[in-house]
Amino acid sequence: MHNFEWPYPLEWDSEETSTADILVLGGGIAGCMAAISSARRGQSVVLVEKAATKMSGAGGSGCDHWESAATNPCSGLSPEELTQAMLDDNDGFNNGISHYIECREGYDRLLDIEGMGGKIRDTEDEFKGAAFRDDESKLMFAYDYRNRITLRIWGTTFKPAMYKEMKRLGVKIIDRVMVSSLLTEDGKQGGLCVGATGIHTRTGKFYVFRAKASIMCLSRPARIWLFSSDYTGLCEFRPPQCIGDGHAMGWRAGAEFTMMEKSVVAEFSAAGRSYPPYGAGNNHNTWYGASIIDSEGKEIPYTDRDGNILRSFEERFLPAKGQKFFLKGGSVDYPKYNYEGPETVPFAKMISQGYKLPFYADLSGMPETERKVIWGMMVGEEGKTKIPVYENYRKAGFDPEKHVLQCYGEGWTSASFLPQERQLFGLPGGFLNNWELQTNIEGLYVAGDSLYASNCYGHAAATGYYAGRHASKYASANGLADIRLEQVSTEKKRVYAPIHNNPENSIGWKELNMGIAKTMQNYCGEIKRDELLKIGLLRLQEYENKIIPETFAYNPHELVRLLEVFDILTVSQIILHSCLARKTSSKALCFNRGDENMYKKGEEMLITIKQINNQVITGERELCFFGDLKENYEKYNRDYKEGTYYDR
Amino acid sequence: MTDRSFISEAEMPASRPIIFNAEKCTGCNSCIDICQVDLFIPNQVKGKPPIVLYPGECWYCGCCVAVCPSEGAISLRHPLMNQVHWIAKADLG
Repeated sequence: MHNFEWPYPLEWDSEETSTADILVLGGGIAGCMAAISSARRGQSVVLVEKAATKMSGAGGSGCDHWESAATNPCSGLSPEELTQAMLDDNDGFNNGISHYIECREGYDRLLDIEGMGGKIRDTEDEFKGAAFRDDESKLMFAYDYRNRITLRIWGTTFKPAMYKEMKRLGVKIIDRVMVSSLLTEDGKQGGLCVGATGIHTRTGKFYVFRAKASIMCLSRPARIWLFSSDYTGLCEFRPPQCIGDGHAMGWRAGAEFTMMEKSVVAEFSAAGRSYPPYGAGNNHNTWYGASIIDSEGKEIPYTDRDGNILRSFEERFLPAKGQKFFLKGGSVDYPKYNYEGPETVPFAKMISQGYKLPFYADLSGMPETERKVIWGMMVGEEGKTKIPVYENYRKAGFDPEKHVLQCYGEGWTSASFLPQERQLFGLPGGFLNNWELQTNIEGLYVAGDSLYASNCYGHAAATGYYAGRHASKYASANGLADIRLEQVSTEKKRVYAPIHNNPENSIGWKELNMGIAKTMQNYCGEIKRDELLKIGLLRLQEYENKIIPETFAYNPHELVRLLEVFDILTVSQIILHSCLARKTSSKALCFNRGDENMYKKGEEMLITIKQINNQVITGERELCFFGDLKENYEKYNRDYKEGTYYDR
Repeated sequence: MTDRSFISEAEMPASRPIIFNAEKCTGCNSCIDICQVDLFIPNQVKGKPPIVLYPGECWYCGCCVAVCPSEGAISLRHPLMNQVHWIAKADLG
């Protein structure tokens, strides 16, 4: 029952059309950088964002790490060396193109963002002399202090700086509009992308966007297996409105995807099974290097990859003897021996050695700069830590020199999930791309979390900017194609259908999301079997055909939440089809088959999937289909001057 | 007994992520403009704190607090199940 009158004007069915050279779908990190890049190339740009661009998206409220900046002046690794390690660590199931772009251009983008007003250096000399700081450039590093590829950044300053730059460049930013579909030439699946449609999240107004080229910068899918009707906002790591609309509309338009069968046991969300990210005791990512003690105050040692106990604090940040470098960060959960860095003794071993639970993160005895960089800089700049953790804990009396913060569970996640509670995390599936970051749909480019095997902030920024360059080139050489009005009217009918239904006996978005999540847990959980996957698909098709027509929404906000769940339903079906297509288990994809003895194990390949005439078509690509990284990058980017970050 | 009704039409929320201090809030609606989830709506009475219409959708990022021009007018609270414990190191063992 609603007790409030809807405060915004209702504009159901009214329509507004925007036309531009470049259409950017999504105003997160990738979207903003794509818009900036395109606008600097003289293109007219429209950017559409579901929330408020200034601080929206997964990185909108902050970020403390910028990974893989292999060209920064202190880096000990080349972009080729680092990308190869990222490929090797995942048995080749990684996006060689997008991560090479990240490694090769990421540092240019950092300098670029600094030029816009973002803070990337310790200009106040607060950490002068610290082991993680280069006193000449004042850049600060995390994890591997010898190879210095991951930077500590003041990410809360980044998004507002990008927003200002877009305004300066004349990008037309349309906030509070959910992109709902892609428009293709003649309305055909797989046809040239000619624009998109959207719906206003407050007024319900319908939008038509026309452009010469479009850049898909929407989020990765979420809430496929995880749902809580009471804590929807806490179901996943990324914000609740970032649920993979892009994947769903891309699928409907005939875009090709890969690695969609990959999911991992949930490791990061908070809907009852974990704690606020980086707000509980842990020693990973934001908190890497923190000391961990047991409930009697006994310190738990760090060891190298061979299990040798590290005697000094500094060694927590150095490769092992004979090891050139180690990998740590957002998508490095279980690195291979070659790339394994220092860690505290494994949980089970600690218990058997008599350490007493619970454990605590203890910053009190650490070098002052290390304590302050974790508590005050990293906890402060990282996404959801400034107000909810740093400020609130401080106000409640937490003093890192005196207090120790409790750990829950056994790892960095401070969480404990069941095997069937899964999520798309750690290099998940997404749009397949070529060296121009174009999809199989001509005129549709892709960046950030829409890409397969995406990960962090620097990856989003670097690929966004790169996609903007290549989309601009395309838009400069091509005209504006016609949209098919019938495709627009069909979409309009689809998005508005629920508001015409009878609220009595109807199904709301939460009930549908929970139904999907439970279906996915049941039929596409830890162990995959053909017979279960097929039943799962039938259940979801029933939802599609019988339940969607019974759904209802009271207002534009709830309609958008419902349309998101329709997209979750679409993505769930892509996942089931992809799981059916992969016949044998794959460690790198965290994919376990219970019935693989029926099938012969072949060569490890990427499975690709798309629709043609609404028929699901699967195929295969070689893992390293992108060829030689350096050679191909240089072939496709002759006009990009490296180091000249501000290439207006 | 108060004059409050014992039966409310609205369901009790599972958490109250946003707490306003009505004395300090000027009703400028900056929090509404920045919230990426769009969980607020403006108060019908001008100058009064926004209404938290969809508390369950809160992502707990704290942007609403960060942009608030009136110190102490709005605060963010993790749900009880997500409130973390700490202890003085001297009290261990």
